[in-house]
Amino acid sequence: MIIKNVVQILRELRKQKLRTVLTLFGIFWGTTSVILLLSFGMAVKARTSETMHGMGEQICIIWAGRTSISYGGFPKGRNLNFYNGDARYLKDNVPLIGDISPQYTRSLPANVGAKKQSFLVSAVWPEFKEMRNMIPREGSRFISPIDEEKRRRVVFIGNDVEKTMFGNKDAVGKIIYIDGIPFTVVGVLIEKQQDSDYSGRDKDAIYMPTSTYLAIYGDRFINNMVARARDINQTDAMKKAIIAAMAKKYRFSPEDEQALPIWDTTEMDQFLNTFFNGFTIFLGIVGVMTLIVGGIGIANIMYVIVEERTSEIGVKRAIGAKKRLILVHYLIETFVIASVGSISGFLFSLLLIFGINQAPLEDFVGVLKVNPTISIASILIISTITFVAGWGPAKRASNLDPVVAING
Amino acid sequence: MIKLENIRKVYSTGKVDVEALRGVNLHIKKGDFVTVIGPSGSGKSTLMHIMGCLDKPTAGRYQLNGQNIQHLNDNQLSELRNREIGFVFQNFNLLPYASAYENVEMPLLFAGVGGKKRKEKVESILKKVGLADRMDHRPNELSGGQKQRVAIARALVNDPNIILADEPTGNLDSTSGREIMELFVSLWEEGHTIVMITHDPRAKDYTEKVVTIIDGLIES
Ligand SMILES: Nc1ncnc2c1ncn2[C@@H]1O[C@H](COP(=O)(O)OP(=O)(O)O)[C@@H](O)[C@H]1O
Ligand SMILES: [Mg+2]
Repeated sequence: MIIKNVVQILRELRKQKLRTVLTLFGIFWGTTSVILLLSFGMAVKARTSETMHGMGEQICIIWAGRTSISYGGFPKGRNLNFYNGDARYLKDNVPLIGDISPQYTRSLPANVGAKKQSFLVSAVWPEFKEMRNMIPREGSRFISPIDEEKRRRVVFIGNDVEKTMFGNKDAVGKIIYIDGIPFTVVGVLIEKQQDSDYSGRDKDAIYMPTSTYLAIYGDRFINNMVARARDINQTDAMKKAIIAAMAKKYRFSPEDEQALPIWDTTEMDQFLNTFFNGFTIFLGIVGVMTLIVGGIGIANIMYVIVEERTSEIGVKRAIGAKKRLILVHYLIETFVIASVGSISGFLFSLLLIFGINQAPLEDFVGVLKVNPTISIASILIISTITFVAGWGPAKRASNLDPVVAING
Repeated sequence: MIKLENIRKVYSTGKVDVEALRGVNLHIKKGDFVTVIGPSGSGKSTLMHIMGCLDKPTAGRYQLNGQNIQHLNDNQLSELRNREIGFVFQNFNLLPYASAYENVEMPLLFAGVGGKKRKEKVESILKKVGLADRMDHRPNELSGGQKQRVAIARALVNDPNIILADEPTGNLDSTSGREIMELFVSLWEEGHTIVMITHDPRAKDYTEKVVTIIDGLIES
C-alpha cells in the first residue's frame, strides 16, 4: 500500500511541476548554502590555525632585551645578553619548563658544487624539533641527541634550501658546504604552512647541533631561546618564573617588562580560538535560520497544497481512503520533496566544493572539506524541520470533513 | 438494504442552527432504483451524505445491510464507503492530474486489490461504460458526459451494494444527460441498487420509485 501510495504521490508531484520544482529548489538551496557555509567556515578555521601553528604551538620565544628600570645599582638602558649556559640554567631552575632550546643564528655562505648562496644558519637542541614543528620529510630526521653529544657535522635543511642547492634531487645523505666546511644533510623539512616567524621562514633556514656550531664559531651569546611549558595551562606562570630566574642571575628588576621580551604564541591561539568559536556559532546560527526559513517555506507550500486539494481529499475520503492514508500521503509527499531537495542540495554542494577546491584560493580559505557529521546533521535537521512543517498541513488534510471537502 | 428511521440532521454554524432533515423515514430494497426530487435546499444532498456514510445523522437510526452505522468508527466507515457504496457527484469530482484509468483504479488501491486483478477490473469497467479508448485521457481531455462515465466506472469498480448519485446529469447537456440516464437504467437492469437525486422532470419515466423531499421531510 505504501509503495503504491508513493507511486501515486510521484505521479501527483510530476503533474504539479511548478510548485514541486519551487519547493524542491527552496530545500535544495537551503541545504547547499548550509553545507557550503559550514565547510567554508571550517576550512578558514583549519587553514588559519594550520598556518598559525606552522611556527609551533603554545611556545614562548625569549630574547635578551634592554633594561628600562634602574635596579641593583645598575642604571636603566643596560643591554642584556644570554650566555651559553643560560638555557641549561633555566632548564635546571624552572621546573615549569617542559622543553627549552637555545638558538644561535648566523648568516653563512653555503655551497654545493658550483652553487653558492647564503642562508640563515641556526644551531639548536633536538628539543627544538617538537616545539617549532620541524617535521622531517619521510626517510629523514631532525638533529638528534647523539649528533649533539658527538658534535657531528650534520644539518637539517629547509625544503627551499634543498630546492635551491640540490635542484629536484633528494638532499638527504648528501654533502653541503657551510662556510667551506662539509656537513651531511640528515633531514629536510616537509612543506608546511607558516605565516609567522621571527628570523625568516623555516623553509629557508639550515639547522645544526649547538655543540658542532660552538666548536666552529665559539659564540659567547645565545641569540634567543625557545621554551614550552610542561603544562600549557601554566604558560603564564612559566614566563614569570623564567623572568624571575633571569632577573636574579643578571640582576634586573623582575617587574621590568623590556628586559626580557617574550613572544607567547599561546596568546594568539587563545584569541584565535575565541574568534573562531564565535565565528562557528555565528555560521551555525545563520545555517539554522536558513533551515528554519526553508521549513516555513515547506509548511507554507504544504498548507497551500492541502488547501488546493481539499476537494480531492474529500473525494478520496468518499471513495474509501482512511484518515491515516491521507496523513501518510502528505507526510510522504513532504518527505519526498525534502529528501530529493536536501540530497540533491548536498550533492550539488559537493560539486561546488570540488570546483572551489580546483580554483587557486587555497592560500586564502584553505581546502574546503565536507564534514560528514555536519552534513548528516544538516540533512537530519532539514528533514526534521520538514517533517514538523509538513505535519500540521498533513494532519489538517486527514481531519477534513469529507462532506465539506467535497463541496469545497 | 437501507433503512432510515426518523433521521434528523442539524447543522450548527455559529449562531443559527439549520435543520436540514427533520425526521426522514425511508426504506430501500436491493435492486431498487429510487429517484429523490425536491427543491434546492430541501435536504436532498444531506440525505445522500448520510446514506453514503459521509456524515452522521444528529438523531435517528440508520441501518445498512442490517448493520447499525451509528457505532462505527472513522476507519470502519471508510471501509464501508469503499466496499459498499459507489458515489457519483454532480461535479464529477475526478482527480485532475490522473488519467481515466488512474481515477477508476483508486478505490481498488484503497481496498488493497492486487495489481493484476486491478488492471483487469479497471479495464473491464471502463469498457463497460464505453471508454475503452479513453483510458489514458485526463479529465480535461474528456467531455462532460465522458467524465461522468469515468465517475460511474469509479463508483462501480469495487462492486458496491448501492450507487448514490447526486444530480449526476446536473452539469451535462441534454444529450449526454440522456445517455448517462440510460447508462444508469442499464445498470439497474443488471441488478444494481441505485439512489439518484435529480432535477430531471423525466426521471419518473425511468425509475420505479420517486421520493419527494420538501423542507427536510419526505412527502408521501
Ligand atoms: N455543511 C453545512 N453546514 C451548514 N448548513 C448546511 C450544510 N450543508 C447543507 N446545509 C444546509 O442544509 C440545507 C439542506 O442542504 P442540502 O442537503 O445541500 O440541500 P439540497 O441538496 O436539497 O439542495 C440547506 O439549507 C443548506 O444551506
Ligand atoms: Mg444538493
